[in-house]
Amino acid sequence: MAAFSVARRSRGLINGLKVSFRSSGQLKHGAVAAPLLQTSLHRDSRWYSAGHLSVKERIEAKRRAALAGGGQARIDAQHKRGKLTARERIDLLLDTDSFVETDMFVEHRCSDFGMEQDKNKVTHLPEVIFYFFNIIFCLCLFCFSQDFTVFGGSLSGAHAQKICKIMDQAMKVGAPVIGLNDSGGARIQEGVESLAGYADIFLRNVMASGVIPQISLIMGPCAGGAVYSPALTDFTFMVKDTSYLFITGPDVVKSVTNEDVTQEELGGAKTHTSVSGVAHHAFENDVDALLNLREFFTFLPLSNQDPAPIRECHDPSDRLVRSLETIVPLESTKAYDMLEIIKAIVDEKDFFEIMPNYAKNIVVGFARMNGRTVGIVGNQPKVASDEYVVLTPPPPFCCLDINSSVKGARFVRFCDAFNIPIITFVDVPGFLPGTAQEYGGIIRHGAKLLFAFAEATVPKITIITRKAYGGAYDVMSSKHLRGDVNYAWPTAEVAVMGAKGAVQIIFRGKDNQAEAEAEYVEKFANPFPAAVRGFVDDIIEPSTTRKLICSNLEVLARKKQVNPWKKHANIPL
Amino acid sequence: MINLLICFSSQTFDKILIANRGEIACRVIKTCKKMGIQTVAVHSDVDSSAVHVKMADEAVCVGSAPTSKSYLNMDAIMDAIRVTGAQAVHPGYGFLSENKDFAKRLAAEGVTFIGPDTHAILAMGDKIESKLIAKAAKVNTIPGFDGVVKTAEEAVKIAQDIGYPVMIKASAGGGGKGMRIAWNDEETREGFRFSSQEAESSFGDDRLLIEKYIDNPRHIEIQVLADKHGNALWLNERECSIQRRNQKVVEEAPSTFLDQDTRQAMGEQAVQLAKAVQYSSAGTVEFLVDSKKNFYFLEMNTRLQVEHPITECITGLDLVEQMIRVAKGYRLQHKQEDIPINGWAIESRIYAEDPYKSFGLPSIGRLSEYQEPLNLKNVSVRVDSGIEEGSDISIYYDPMISKLVTYGATRGEALARMEDALDNYVIRGVTHNISLLREIITHPRFISGDISTNFLPEVYPDGFKGHQLEAGKRRELLASAAALYVTVQLRSQKAPLLPPSCLFHKGACLTRDASGKINLQYLGTMVSLVLSKLAAQLNSYMPEKVPEDTSSILRSPMPGTVVAMSVKPGDTVAEGQEICVIEAMKMQNSLTAVKQAKVKSVQCKPGETVGEGDLLVELE
Repeated sequence: MAAFSVARRSRGLINGLKVSFRSSGQLKHGAVAAPLLQTSLHRDSRWYSAGHLSVKERIEAKRRAALAGGGQARIDAQHKRGKLTARERIDLLLDTDSFVETDMFVEHRCSDFGMEQDKNKVTHLPEVIFYFFNIIFCLCLFCFSQDFTVFGGSLSGAHAQKICKIMDQAMKVGAPVIGLNDSGGARIQEGVESLAGYADIFLRNVMASGVIPQISLIMGPCAGGAVYSPALTDFTFMVKDTSYLFITGPDVVKSVTNEDVTQEELGGAKTHTSVSGVAHHAFENDVDALLNLREFFTFLPLSNQDPAPIRECHDPSDRLVRSLETIVPLESTKAYDMLEIIKAIVDEKDFFEIMPNYAKNIVVGFARMNGRTVGIVGNQPKVASDEYVVLTPPPPFCCLDINSSVKGARFVRFCDAFNIPIITFVDVPGFLPGTAQEYGGIIRHGAKLLFAFAEATVPKITIITRKAYGGAYDVMSSKHLRGDVNYAWPTAEVAVMGAKGAVQIIFRGKDNQAEAEAEYVEKFANPFPAAVRGFVDDIIEPSTTRKLICSNLEVLARKKQVNPWKKHANIPL
Repeated sequence: MINLLICFSSQTFDKILIANRGEIACRVIKTCKKMGIQTVAVHSDVDSSAVHVKMADEAVCVGSAPTSKSYLNMDAIMDAIRVTGAQAVHPGYGFLSENKDFAKRLAAEGVTFIGPDTHAILAMGDKIESKLIAKAAKVNTIPGFDGVVKTAEEAVKIAQDIGYPVMIKASAGGGGKGMRIAWNDEETREGFRFSSQEAESSFGDDRLLIEKYIDNPRHIEIQVLADKHGNALWLNERECSIQRRNQKVVEEAPSTFLDQDTRQAMGEQAVQLAKAVQYSSAGTVEFLVDSKKNFYFLEMNTRLQVEHPITECITGLDLVEQMIRVAKGYRLQHKQEDIPINGWAIESRIYAEDPYKSFGLPSIGRLSEYQEPLNLKNVSVRVDSGIEEGSDISIYYDPMISKLVTYGATRGEALARMEDALDNYVIRGVTHNISLLREIITHPRFISGDISTNFLPEVYPDGFKGHQLEAGKRRELLASAAALYVTVQLRSQKAPLLPPSCLFHKGACLTRDASGKINLQYLGTMVSLVLSKLAAQLNSYMPEKVPEDTSSILRSPMPGTVVAMSVKPGDTVAEGQEICVIEAMKMQNSLTAVKQAKVKSVQCKPGETVGEGDLLVELE
């Protein structure tokens, strides 16, 4: 069907060149310029001309139907739910008039369960809008947007085929894929064809992983098999109150486990951004989400072949940040906010935090230094590990635990895959002790973060702001894991453990514990032991941190480091 | 040569301890440095890296953060004096500055208190006694009668003696509660009836207070300076009428309202009072002035005032230097005729508070960015501050960030400079009141000098809502915002462009969130804009998020300490009933129920510190 229509269309178009120009306004979504080259077919008869007219009318009719989506009633219903239509979303996400749509004519092939009839009634509808050569800030990307107003956005074989097609294209040219998901799930009427469609998408997600950035924005329900595609992409964003992700819905949960749970509790944005860690960020509504996504996109390189993007910077790279001189409290048990340090150091306080509500004891996100995108990883002393909340009194600062290790590791690996330098701010007293953590596999999960930092070959700059104790010191991008530049602030303490614990072991059973503790503090609660061994390159004034990072990044941009050849590494999953 | 002689003969102290913190400690240290005096700072543990500590030659920690444990801790401060060998103590304002016990203890150890003698502090410290002394010194006091009034006719007679208008209220009622104003005999009778009933029923104390009512009162104060040899000077007035909750916000010197005769009369009375109590050092006599330029004594402050810089600007005197000299026993250097009024000075108090909440509720935080407007082209800007970038504004101390003083040959010049300075002041990390200050100093009523202590409630009857843009300014704002938006968009496309700082006139971009929203500070006020037609259009489809039902929960409106919790779970509270009291920055705030309900749960205890927005009490 597709081939046929292209052939006819080409002949017709050449004949009616004027017509096509005149109607170019309506055809802005079309990609029909290529046939113009086929000049040999120019000499046409009137017979063809008549045929052309009828085809042309059909083209126009189909385009109109496609642009109308599921009809005004369904569009209104979508708006009423607080959601935008697939096309409105695209309009907002991309630069004005910068997109090229393909596969507008693809239609589903199912004729069971009254689908054939349905098809006739609403003619043929594109179930998913797919854009080719889309542009955000003049950068090209590929993007699909599922249309909930057409069969509830459910995934048919044809629907999957369209998604696969653009993913293949994206891989060919090396450009990111953004998916705007709003789908009721598999097209049950189509049965296995729909399932096959999912698998085709999954395979492409996996093949594209680490080659091009893949972003999923969940803007409606996403259930069953459909959830694995977002899960395979690099970032999953959600819209508060209108998006859900779950394997099985509340009804099935009720019948299987007898749990009463709402959609929102089971798989809403809050659940996935604060409890499960499935989603990386939740936005207030569709508009907020799309504009944020647009902004987020500017941090990313187009593919693993491109360097981290550089944007013109309006913040002097040698700016001294005086407020940092006093940010670390004198009492080593008192908390402070690592986010403040990060925001003060990066360009224009612009920090896009990833997973701000999950494992809050580690902060990860994107920022720019002198215009160049960097990934930031920082321990957050302000927040105790999720588990600490039940302990009284809660320990005053954070440790690495299972959730924060996994969160950090995934982020570090993304940065490494896409040539984004990593800046690490360290204030960590160690890994979190306790049965819950040990039973949960802190060893295995902590190893992920260690693995990620160690294998990363992008520029790595580390700043120890206060504590760097024990194994956690090693893990947090230390010199020993090929840290390129490691700095310590004067407040840094690099040691195996805190003074109290250390003295209890070294001077077990001795009386003069307090004295020994003071001696230990004098010896180890400062940056010198690490500095004299060259494990930190310098002890720096906090106010100069930005300046130093910027100049180091300039030099490290030339860094080339290659890991030994392997099929792939075996990260402790 | 003469100067040199004066300097030589002005040898005062070798070392002074400043028993204060913040801007006033820094202010005193500056003068000490100028005079070649060593300085000792005292500080609480949380203040150990504060500016005044860094500025001083020596610093002693006198206790933990609460003022009662540190800056009011006399034992620790006395120890600090002994350890450092300071010969004199400057108390600044607040804290121990008007504490007679402290002055006594210093005297007992032979340490000079830089301030008046104990008897003057004592005499002026008591509201009733100070009025009696003032009366005896022939200083105008508010005429009035306090006692049992038997009949309405008696009340009328008293009122006629005082002269209308009069204010009638029950003596036992505090503040302005139950106050009635009478402009004639008939209203006096009515006022008598109500007030005597109320006095009897509410307080069981039938005494009434009938007092001259001051219409459109202005708060104007006279700075005095006296030595220990019976000499006293008045250093002109300060107009401090712009107040909220009896705290001054904007002050100026001189006042637009006083003529030379009134000024002289007030000055002379102030000096009479100072002489009557053998006052020495700098002090302030506060007056209320009515619309007919009648002035009445209010109280005398026996210390250096917060707003002293404006007097320094117009007279050219360094009051701290004068205080130190006087404390050492020197005679005054000046005669009354040497005291000029040169130009005009205006002071704005920059507070860490939210002006949108009853003209200013305290806010706390860390100053993530802080730039004083000292880089302006004109030099007539003075900023007295005790903080720097990175300082913490905590719940323990006064929320004042700084005092911004501008000076000019004329009032117009000083005001223009103030506007410029406020626009160029960068404060990030805490909420501040610059928007309100800017509105006040550009308000037509303020510019014309038509002000009273009721200025704020009269001008903003529904509370301060930020700058209201007129059409022209609105277009200017939109143009700036559009330019900023385009700049940001173009930058992402790597096109060459102007830096955003070139695009702004009287404004700055505060935050720009990714969802197309830009927060601009324009004419002092924060404005939020959505900058894309499409985004604005599609936003109309977005549902309003249902805000939390706030009638059944009580959240802390500001960070502070819970002083008292008046309810427990299960209690029923009536609308308007006090639920708890939060103390923040020297201020107690009573939080009340907005509806009648049963208390479901209480989430905090007295003594606990709470943050802004923390849940305190849940109602059913």
